[in-house]
Amino acid sequence: MTLFVEQCLNGLQFGLLLFLLAAGLTLVFGIMDLVNLAHGSLYMVGAYFAATFAAWTGSFVLGAVLALIATLVVGMAVEVIAMRRLYGRDHLDHVLGTFGLILFFDEAVRLVWGPEGLSLPLPSWLNTAVTLAPGFSYSAYRLSIILVTLAVAGGLYLLVMRTRIGMLIRAGASNREMVGALGVNIKLLYTLVFGLGAALAGLAGLMQAPILTVQIGMGENILILAFVITVIGGIGSVRGSFIAALFVGFVDTLGRSYFPDILRVLLSPEAASTLAPALSSMLIYLLMAIVLIVKPEGLFSSSGGR
Amino acid sequence: MTLTVRNIATAALFAALLLLPLYVQLTGDRFMLTLFTRIVIMALAAVSLNLILGFGGMMSFGHAAYLGIGGYAVGMLAHEGIVSGLVQWPVALAASALYALVIGALSLRTRGVYFIMITLAFAQMAYYIVSGIARYGGDDGLTIYKRSQFGILDLSNKVVFYYVCVALLLATVYLVWRLVNSRFGMVVQGARSNETRMRAIGFPTYRYKLVCFVIAGTLGGLAGALLANHNEFISPSTMYWTRSGDLIVMVVLGGMGSVAGPVFGAVALLVLEEVLSGITEYWPIILGPLLLLVVLFARGGIDGLLSAIKRPGRAGKEPA
Repeated sequence: MTLFVEQCLNGLQFGLLLFLLAAGLTLVFGIMDLVNLAHGSLYMVGAYFAATFAAWTGSFVLGAVLALIATLVVGMAVEVIAMRRLYGRDHLDHVLGTFGLILFFDEAVRLVWGPEGLSLPLPSWLNTAVTLAPGFSYSAYRLSIILVTLAVAGGLYLLVMRTRIGMLIRAGASNREMVGALGVNIKLLYTLVFGLGAALAGLAGLMQAPILTVQIGMGENILILAFVITVIGGIGSVRGSFIAALFVGFVDTLGRSYFPDILRVLLSPEAASTLAPALSSMLIYLLMAIVLIVKPEGLFSSSGGR
Repeated sequence: MTLTVRNIATAALFAALLLLPLYVQLTGDRFMLTLFTRIVIMALAAVSLNLILGFGGMMSFGHAAYLGIGGYAVGMLAHEGIVSGLVQWPVALAASALYALVIGALSLRTRGVYFIMITLAFAQMAYYIVSGIARYGGDDGLTIYKRSQFGILDLSNKVVFYYVCVALLLATVYLVWRLVNSRFGMVVQGARSNETRMRAIGFPTYRYKLVCFVIAGTLGGLAGALLANHNEFISPSTMYWTRSGDLIVMVVLGGMGSVAGPVFGAVALLVLEEVLSGITEYWPIILGPLLLLVVLFARGGIDGLLSAIKRPGRAGKEPA
């Protein structure tokens, strides 16, 4: 039972982390109509910055804050240099242009940090277990990821729904010419939104860094998951991607830990152990296929409000 | 066929491909033959992708899956001791067609950016599945000890194999060209331009697009069977999503407007990679921004540049 609760918390933590990525992806798509494959690169860059700055300053928190700012700056620079020229173009152009950016980022990271991965050690105050209930303790770091991402999700909701900038963002999503005609600096707004998305991706990367190794290509696998989430949740819907991210986080984590056991009951042990790794990695894609059969536009398509 | 710059360039390219073994014979540069065999195979895959991407308007980001499926069909059968090409290749084509049918039936329910992401996700699923099958090497891949056997046609002879690849490429280009200019191709292109209108005049566009998707997938599987024979090895990385990206790059770089455009794209991209990797170990740092520049400033790709060069006194329409 305690194992099950622990796996549920792991699923929640993974889902929330995926939400940070998917939120940036879906914001950028919903508002600028831009398909950004290089989103995973910003996740990677965030993790590399965090590992480097933490080593320089000797403080995990200070390193994380600096990395967040640095990723924001990189994101805004990418928007000004490259993305800005892609708005209004065909989606295929976005795919190709941002694919080029991935090549660039992966290689630039290899040039700067070398081909070996980095590691980001946790400070001792996070590298402990917290007793949540008698006889049940959970990693303090994973718990803090859950708390931070929940706070960010709440902040994002308030930013988009309750502030003037959020109002402009929503207005820009529905009619960019009109917002521009009303005297809003739409270029600056877009740069800010892209920077925000980049910072969210960077935050996800730097929080994941102590759990996994920081390495080249780390953003690409998780980017596909973020795509699956945006498809399930409905592109352009932040609320949809929140729910879909939790869903995918749970299904993936619980599927990997319990699906092999379920198979073992149904099949011979030998067949189960050969099929389990392949089938449990299929689960979320099956989930996506089912959602598509029922609702081709995703569970919360952007036309239905966000 | 009129004598436009584009048609002359296309003819010259194919002539050069046909004469390449002669050059290799004269200079003894065996590496060129290996390189160009790979280029020809990737060109075949790119031509098949262009059928759905350029003419069908279906932005598939999962075309490398067919390279993997075709390749694994050959590899798995060889692993089980079935080396006859007459069994391996039809299985490779059938498996790719079946995968395309299932994926296409699901993905074509959506459009635009959803379609990109869904084809991408399904291709990744296929990637994870083969990575998990320990019997056939899992992550490490599968070595193919014997190329497909076709009786007297000896595929282990590199020149013979090269000509088989070129012949299949030419056949594919011809097939796609006929298809694009047929009634079927017109319907598919019509659905790209205005699907609502095509449906309104009574065409079941979903079915037409699905058939087109399956044909492209089957041809992709053929390229996969060739690639596995060429490398004598198949691994999950063959179907990694960046490979699908490479194929899209070839199509767009070559130009989506013509059937032979992707062949130019494949030659250009792979030769460029080879040249850049000779200059610096960090060649993608040059290639990446170069792609961005192509997207921004050279729409229409190589094919677009070639058609822009008009022969004096000759203006107007050219055949697709």
